[in-house]
Amino acid sequence: MPNALTALSALGDPTRRAIFERLARQPRSVGQLARGLPVSRPAVSQHLQVLKSAGLVAVHAEGARRIYSVDPHGLGQIRAWLDRFWDKALDAFRAEVEKDPPK
Amino acid sequence: MTATITAAPVRKSIVVKAPPERAFAVFAAGIGTWWPATHSVGSSPMKQAVIEPHEGGRWYERGEDGSECQWGKVLAWEPPRRLLLAWQLDARFKYDPDLVTEVEVRFTALGTEGTRVDLEHRKLEAFAGDAEKVRGQVDAPGGWTLVLDRFAQAIAQS
Repeated sequence: MPNALTALSALGDPTRRAIFERLARQPRSVGQLARGLPVSRPAVSQHLQVLKSAGLVAVHAEGARRIYSVDPHGLGQIRAWLDRFWDKALDAFRAEVEKDPPK
Repeated sequence: MTATITAAPVRKSIVVKAPPERAFAVFAAGIGTWWPATHSVGSSPMKQAVIEPHEGGRWYERGEDGSECQWGKVLAWEPPRRLLLAWQLDARFKYDPDLVTEVEVRFTALGTEGTRVDLEHRKLEAFAGDAEKVRGQVDAPGGWTLVLDRFAQAIAQS
């Protein structure tokens, strides 16, 4: 496992965090990532290199394309899990609060 | 190592159609009514999640067999505006008294519309030291990756 602090500082950048969160939902290519973000494709590639050297994302080839995904052994996995966890928990909380609205 | 490195917090905001008093009460005293039962860390299936209603109170789950597993504690109890919890589960989802990440929940009245609930799970860098500690166990059967996969599946199914 690469240095965990490297991983954490890599996630401190908002664009890298956005890239990481997209990859946490679904593995994607550089082109697919660039289409959903207000940054250039070369910039996305650079961010991916930082995330990769921090041990947060992994890459594999599918034909001619390189597909990036969240590295299941990376520290960032726990953050991705918490992010999804709180979405689910707060949905359930809202349903409970609104079940019996006060008059 | 430098103390200035911090992990990006997880932030969530939702609006509920209820006054802050009710939102706070359901979140804290009523946590057993909505906390997803799939998110249990104990060996026994979870019966109820509990937050003791005072500063220093425990945050724990009670299993069907009566056993209790601590999650953390109450750092600030300020109804109906703010609740600050310590989440003290490590990367293997075991209670660790030395590990402190913070969950702050703020309740802001939105006139007649209801309450905005802002949740921030922060000090996630505490997991970094923990991750170093459990490094050798990450790939072991039943280790971090397996546990996270199990939780991810539970979420996907719920």
